[in-house]
Amino acid sequence: MTVGPVTSPTETQPAEETPAVPGTVIEGRSLGRIAWTRLKRDRVALAGGITVFLLILVAILAPLINKAFGHPVNEYHQDKIDPNLGGIPPVGTWGGISSDFLLGVQPVTGRDLFSQVIYGAQTSLLIAFAATLLAVAIGIVVGVSAGFFGGWLDSLFSRFMDLILAFPLILFAIALISVLPPTRAFRTAVMIVVIGGFSWPYIGRIVRGQTLSLREREFVESARSIGASNFRIIFKELLPNLAAPILVYSTLIIPTNILFEAALSFLGVGVPPPTPSWGRLLSDAVQFYEYDPMYMFVPGMAIFITVLAFNLFGDGLRDALDPKANR
Amino acid sequence: MAPADGRPMDVTNYILRRVLTSAVLMIIISMVTFGVFFMVPKLAGTNPAELYVGKQATPADVAATARKLGLDQPVTVQYARFAKGLVAGRDFDDGPNKTHCDAPCFGYSFRNDRPVWPLLLDRLPVTISLAIGAAIIWLIGGVLAGVISALRRGGALDRTVMVLALAGVSLPIYFTGLLAQLVFVHTLHWLPGGEYVNFADDPAGWAGKLFLGWVTLALLYAATYARLTRAQMLETVGEDYIRTARAKGLRERTVIAKHAMRSVLTPIVTIFGLDIGSLLGGAILTESVFGLPGIGRLSIDAVNTKDLPVVLGVTLFGALFIVLANFIVDLLYAVIDPRVRLG
Repeated sequence: MTVGPVTSPTETQPAEETPAVPGTVIEGRSLGRIAWTRLKRDRVALAGGITVFLLILVAILAPLINKAFGHPVNEYHQDKIDPNLGGIPPVGTWGGISSDFLLGVQPVTGRDLFSQVIYGAQTSLLIAFAATLLAVAIGIVVGVSAGFFGGWLDSLFSRFMDLILAFPLILFAIALISVLPPTRAFRTAVMIVVIGGFSWPYIGRIVRGQTLSLREREFVESARSIGASNFRIIFKELLPNLAAPILVYSTLIIPTNILFEAALSFLGVGVPPPTPSWGRLLSDAVQFYEYDPMYMFVPGMAIFITVLAFNLFGDGLRDALDPKANR
Repeated sequence: MAPADGRPMDVTNYILRRVLTSAVLMIIISMVTFGVFFMVPKLAGTNPAELYVGKQATPADVAATARKLGLDQPVTVQYARFAKGLVAGRDFDDGPNKTHCDAPCFGYSFRNDRPVWPLLLDRLPVTISLAIGAAIIWLIGGVLAGVISALRRGGALDRTVMVLALAGVSLPIYFTGLLAQLVFVHTLHWLPGGEYVNFADDPAGWAGKLFLGWVTLALLYAATYARLTRAQMLETVGEDYIRTARAKGLRERTVIAKHAMRSVLTPIVTIFGLDIGSLLGGAILTESVFGLPGIGRLSIDAVNTKDLPVVLGVTLFGALFIVLANFIVDLLYAVIDPRVRLG
């Protein structure tokens, strides 16, 4: 894992921003290096990071993993369920768990829950990552322009961010998604746009604030005095210094976006079936959980572990990149 | 700094400015929401009137509804009518039968054959019961946990609380809610299942049905509040004025409870206002998990039956609460932090 932006040592770094306590300024080491050293010592964050890495691998390699340990995603195994019990797996088998079906089977269809969860990771991470990418892109553009140019542009963009944050998020999202056609590709795209479109102000506000303070710093002034264009100042002076907060807050909105995707799927406005999705598995489980709790437990834990891993990693990353910390 | 005799003027000014900002925000939100609901079905190639009447409707029904709702008119005319309905009420007229919709008219649901506003009012007590109960638990629990954590920084208690808090924010309510119901309703039978009952009819049944909703919802928010309170407290106790308070010999309890808490509470008030505002507009997930017939449930049902006027009404209603909450937060700010009034 590479951690943190490595700004060139000649530039003023956020690490030197608060030399309040004498001796905390470490010279000759880039912020990225310092962060990596700190992160290596933070075992909880490291565990989160490794879990995140493994989850991404699982999502990418889903077809291979599924071939080795699972069954085709939409293959029905009606012999694994008991029609006399209303279609749930036989009692005492923990939701139909066996060496063949590692996480049990879905009620009624008897589909392999392991495959559903593995491919669900793909759906969840794809949408969450794409939405985060979109949010970061919009957040950077709006935040940097608002902070750098100031004036009426800043007022306009700031009010706009307030406006988006004042929207009843989930209400608006389900309402909007439900009036659009529910084909798989289209729904996926709409979910990415909706989730990204509502989460960018979080990035935008951070970037704006950072830009506002960076813009007054000596290195920006010196760049301007030697005749650097706005374009150059933004791309060569500001953005490298914004990389750390952007990285941290992107890592921290990914789990929020994962929960958002799962919530939409839980409410029935996620990716349409048969594409597996953790949120939809949970909403299916509502009718069975009294008798087949494993069916609820498996996707629930999948969401929990994923979100927790991202949160732990993001928190650790924030501490590691925090210029004020002197641990 | 303003002189003492200028103070009342400043406050009036401040309030007026906030009222104006909130009103403008509300108007913009209503325009955007209305615009989206008008434009989106068109872009997607569906006749909005079809969405309003549902799949089983005959073409004649569709045409009648289109006329009744004025869907054949341009969006500006429609919005103007909608806005007028909000303040003065409006009539829906499709020839044979006229329907009057009293102000504030949030639209008319053809599914339920009722205006949207009374539908919202019917559901509001449930959502209020859920939100207020949960808010009391999470505010006390979260802030207390955060303060104790901060004062015992690095200790076992601090670490336990912080791990629990991080787990808390990572647990979706549609998972904890189901787990809690499985354990306490279906396995241990400590709490009743079944339908929601009104407080006035059966207070014990009301509390029993809402209890798990309160606790799971509070757990989620308490986690965020504990983290925020802890961070804020740690920052505050490092401030000079806290050192001054200690130096002049105040008891630690007074320093924390009186001097530090004031600045800790400022950001808490902000997010509390926003959280309660958005919850009152419908706690969709909690209400669907626990089968509570609140505003959120109304919205989900409306989405599933394509009852667009209700969806639009609930969305605007939710936005109204958030804007209102923002407004109240700004006012409270002026009380907590005198600098705000003068800034």
